[in-house]
Amino acid sequence: MTTASHTALALDFPILEQEGLVYLDSAATSQKPRVVLDALEDFLAHHNANVHRGVYPLAIDADTRFSAARAQIAAFVGAEPAETIITKNATEAINLVRYSWGPQNVGAGDAIVLTEAEHHSNIVPWQQLCEEVGAELRWLEVDDEGMISLGQLDEFLADGRVKMVAVTHCSNVLGTINPVEEVVARARAAGAASLIDGSQAVPHMAVNVDAIGADFYVWTGHKAYGPTGIGLLHGRRELLEAMPPFLTGGDMIKTVSFEATTFNELPFKFEAGTPPIAETVALGAAVDFISGLGIDRVRAHEEAITAYALSQLQAIPGLTVQGPPLAQQRGGLVSFTLDCAHPHDVAEILGRDQVCVRAGHHCTQPLMKKLGLGATTRASFAVHNSTDDVDALVGSLGNVIEIFGES
Amino acid sequence: MDDALYREEILEHYKRPHNFGPMENPDRESFDTNPLCGDELRVMLKVDDNDVVEEVRFEGHGCAISQASASMISDEIKGMKLDDLARLDRSAILDLLGIDISATRMKCALLSLKVLKSAAIGTLADWEPDTADAARPAGGAQL
Repeated sequence: MTTASHTALALDFPILEQEGLVYLDSAATSQKPRVVLDALEDFLAHHNANVHRGVYPLAIDADTRFSAARAQIAAFVGAEPAETIITKNATEAINLVRYSWGPQNVGAGDAIVLTEAEHHSNIVPWQQLCEEVGAELRWLEVDDEGMISLGQLDEFLADGRVKMVAVTHCSNVLGTINPVEEVVARARAAGAASLIDGSQAVPHMAVNVDAIGADFYVWTGHKAYGPTGIGLLHGRRELLEAMPPFLTGGDMIKTVSFEATTFNELPFKFEAGTPPIAETVALGAAVDFISGLGIDRVRAHEEAITAYALSQLQAIPGLTVQGPPLAQQRGGLVSFTLDCAHPHDVAEILGRDQVCVRAGHHCTQPLMKKLGLGATTRASFAVHNSTDDVDALVGSLGNVIEIFGES
Repeated sequence: MDDALYREEILEHYKRPHNFGPMENPDRESFDTNPLCGDELRVMLKVDDNDVVEEVRFEGHGCAISQASASMISDEIKGMKLDDLARLDRSAILDLLGIDISATRMKCALLSLKVLKSAAIGTLADWEPDTADAARPAGGAQL
């Protein structure tokens, strides 16, 4: 069944020194390796200055490190630094596209295609845009195994009214890895733009933005072993150049007079105000950390843990796993429901054993409605997890069944 | 297993809730959700000419704490005037539950009280003060 190592790939996470902590909530936010914390502290302690205009050595040092980190982050996902815009988080990155690209490119009678499994962050901005301009949303259905149909996408694209196809790379509930290259190619052939939400993909599997070919690809730093407060938007240059700025103010200008403003070049045109400098540097260390482990090894490891979790969880009577049946179709997460207990009660009882899982609708209420569920319990995996953590989860679920099981 | 939060009476109400199910032509009705865990609860009341609760039914789904709370309070409010129902506070529920409720579970416990009070006053009632998200002022805006 699973042949890869079942022990953790990396363990130098200070928070894991807490006795007994079983962290299975990396899809919500990842824990931070020591090297990332060190990079954050080192920058703030020894290299801190504002970027872009300083001429003294410390400022030049800060600027150099900031630029180098952007280049490192861009290279990690196969993107160009000039096409790599630093935002607050993935949500802001999607909103940037919605506000800056949207009104010029989507109008009355047009359509936007989403999947039923999108996170609210990749639904609400498009819903708002559609309301504003009089466009419609078309929902790609997910089937019983959590998969979308490219045939349905073709149907949606056939009338030529679709202007944007926005799809998650990896579902944060079902775990499904979507065929994003095919989605992007079909969208482009039909004259539609594409946006891929890579929040659950980037730290867990090889992502090459250039090869995927999406017009926009977004992800977030804090789920990728980096700090909070930094998200990424990779966009195609010709689109970014044609788009007006999103937020305006300092740093994003070339010249400002009493009468008018000319805007800065890419990527700075979209980065108004002081950017998250230390966070960018720390995220550079985070992608270095992942590269050091090897993204293919990371993927193999998490796939093995996921396969083990699927087999162990499915052996529990009354437990239903959501999403694709095979680990190779999934990112490193498993959502499930128990017949006898509500996910919130499951998570509470697991929490007493320091087994940290998420329970709720996972910001995917339309998907929950489709699945006929109010909530699920989700365990998600990272490089520091091992099969021991899955065993702890399964053992703790035994306590839930002991409390709730008998009717 | 002996468990303080999930004591026997609470599990009993969760598994076999009282006054659950539909009601035809209710006089009063209210629906609300707990966005934290996706709980949904609808309450339906029949009241007599003096605004006294004659019948109560709940519908919805949620965690053990929210469902048991609804079941327990439903037994208590029959024969109560709507005015008195509207004046109930959290102690009505917490006394019935008889357990310590953590800050994150407080909304689960108090959702049933919120929909009941909403049905009584005919408009959406506020969450009880200090119920949940720390950023929201006590007794403040609706979700």
